[in-house]
Formats: sequence, structure tokens, C-alpha cells
Amino acid sequence: MRKTWAWAMALVLGAVIGLPGRAADLQTPDSFASIADRSERSRALFVEAGKVIQHPRCLNCHPVGERPTQSNDMHPHSPLVVRGGDDKGAIGMRCTTCHQAANFEPSGVPGHPLWHMAPLGMAWQQRSLAQICVQIKDPRKNGGKTLAQLHEHMAQDTLVGWAWHPGGTREPAPGTQDQFGALIAAWIATGAACPR
Amino acid sequence: MSVSLNVNGQSRELDVDPGTPLLWIIREDLGLTGTKYGCGIAQCGACTVHVDGEPLRSCSAPISLLTGRKITTIEGLSSRAAKAVQKAWVELDVVQCGYCQSGQIMSATALLEKKPKPSDLDIDHAMAGNICRCATYHRIRAAIHAASAQLSA
Repeated sequence: MRKTWAWAMALVLGAVIGLPGRAADLQTPDSFASIADRSERSRALFVEAGKVIQHPRCLNCHPVGERPTQSNDMHPHSPLVVRGGDDKGAIGMRCTTCHQAANFEPSGVPGHPLWHMAPLGMAWQQRSLAQICVQIKDPRKNGGKTLAQLHEHMAQDTLVGWAWHPGGTREPAPGTQDQFGALIAAWIATGAACPR
Repeated sequence: MSVSLNVNGQSRELDVDPGTPLLWIIREDLGLTGTKYGCGIAQCGACTVHVDGEPLRSCSAPISLLTGRKITTIEGLSSRAAKAVQKAWVELDVVQCGYCQSGQIMSATALLEKKPKPSDLDIDHAMAGNICRCATYHRIRAAIHAASAQLSA
């Protein structure tokens, strides 16, 4: 009883003072080895990777329209910002007006040297994981990337990597970027099949 | 940590904690109090300065990331666009309480320096992060258009 009370207090305190969110786990590619059919295994791997792709840390900057969203409830970015002509904001209200080269904990504003929105061709919000899968394989929409380059982007791009180090009280994307990269690599190796 | 800054065209050497927000340096160490503290979380725009010609919320930028960059505060505004904005602000009597206005002027100037003939939508997008509790938004918009007209005259 005393332990339950202590945990309840810890949760309340955590909510009040704003402790960092906890990342969910990701399964490893080996976890899917028992699926005999190669395409089915590939689909299962992508569904697992989809826990990252469809996490708010990623979706918030992959909006369908002109405005990014924020937080886990994905409300419209405050203040109002738009992607502008280069996905880095409007004239006079650039992403860098507020977002610096690193997270700034005293004010809670996240940051990265390359902070920007994903291009419209890579809009993921309001789309199913199956639709996203087809979209990210399409070189006309993914910036001309091959599957190998797509893997490199997912596994090594440091702005993608921000999703696991978001700072403040933000919940990181599930697992780690290495684990996510391994899932994408395994998905490609099994034929890059998309969920139905 | 020793940092080298260029503020309003003057080189400054300061020994400060690297995590100190630029706003604190400007106001406390350099005594330039025209830039205001509003929310402290980059939500209101009162602390806006220019860094390398682009607006920046100085409350949320650690000084360690700004070494060697060109910082302009409201006290150092001197471009043609800045003078047009200041003249329009006076002529249209934009200011009410005034607390947010240095941030408003910094954002308006940055907009006009990049786009001398902004549309209403350009103004909305550039000024969306500058909040005015007195709701002088209509006069701010009119003054930006007036400054734009001065620039093209």
C-alpha cells in the first residue's frame, strides 16, 4: 500500500515538474524470424518500424498542409508558422527565429542545426502506414532516394535522430535510431513489402 | 566562458556562463534594455533581436551558439527599412503600452528588409509570433504598409 502511494506521488510529481517522457520499446528484426513468408515478414518489419514513423516526434514535422504540429496531441504549432518556400519558415518568421542548433532546456524550445519541415511530398499525417510505405519508396516523392539512401536517411540523419533526443518533457520515439535503422534494413532486405 | 560578440557593430568580450540566454547578456551585461523579457519561452516575441539579419528570440538562444555572429538590437537598428518602420510607427501612433513594440519593430524591419512590398499574408506570417496585449495589430499592419510605401517612394 505504501509503495503504491509512493508511486502515485512520483507520478503526480513527475507530471507537475515535467519529467522527460519514456520511450516505448521496439522489437528487433530477429523477433520476426519465425514468419516464414518473406513478404509477410517484410510487412511485419515495416509495421514495427511504423511505431517510429507514426510517432508524434516524427509526424509533427511531416504535416499534410503548410503548418507543422506539436506535442503528443499534435495540435497546431504555436505560434503560427508556415513552411514557406524552402520548408524552413516564412520571411521574417524562420524556423531559426526560435529553434537554435540544439535543444534549449531553460525555455524548453527544441533545436537542431538543420531544423525544418519535411517537404510536402513527404507528408505523413492523415495517411495510413500502408500509404506512407508506398510514398517513402517513391523516388518522385522521397527526394530521389534509392532504398539504400532511404535507409541511410532513417538510420543516420541527425535530424531524424533528434526524435530520440527531443529534450524537455517530450516523449522520445520508440527504441533507438540504431534499432529503427536495423528494422528498415531488414525490411529492405526482405523485399520492402508494404502493409496491405 | 569567454565569448566574443558583435553587438550593434561593436565587438564585445564577455566572461559568462555558456548557457546564458542572449537576452540576459543584452540587458544585464550590456545594459541595452530596449529588448524586453516577455514569456521566456519564445512564445511572445518581445525579446526579438536580429542575428545575421534574421529575427531571433533572444530568450531562447544560449550565448554559446552565438559567438562571432552579428547581433542587432532595437538600439542598433539603422537600415533604410528600419528608419521607415520607426517613422511609420510614430506617424500612425502605433504604440499603446509599448512593452511589445521593440519586438514588433524588429520583426517588421526584418520582413521589409527581405520583402519591401509585403502582402497582408506576408505580414501575418512574419508577425504571428509577436503578441500585443493592447491589440494594436491593425495599426501595426497599417504601419508596415506605410513603411513599405516610404521605401518604394
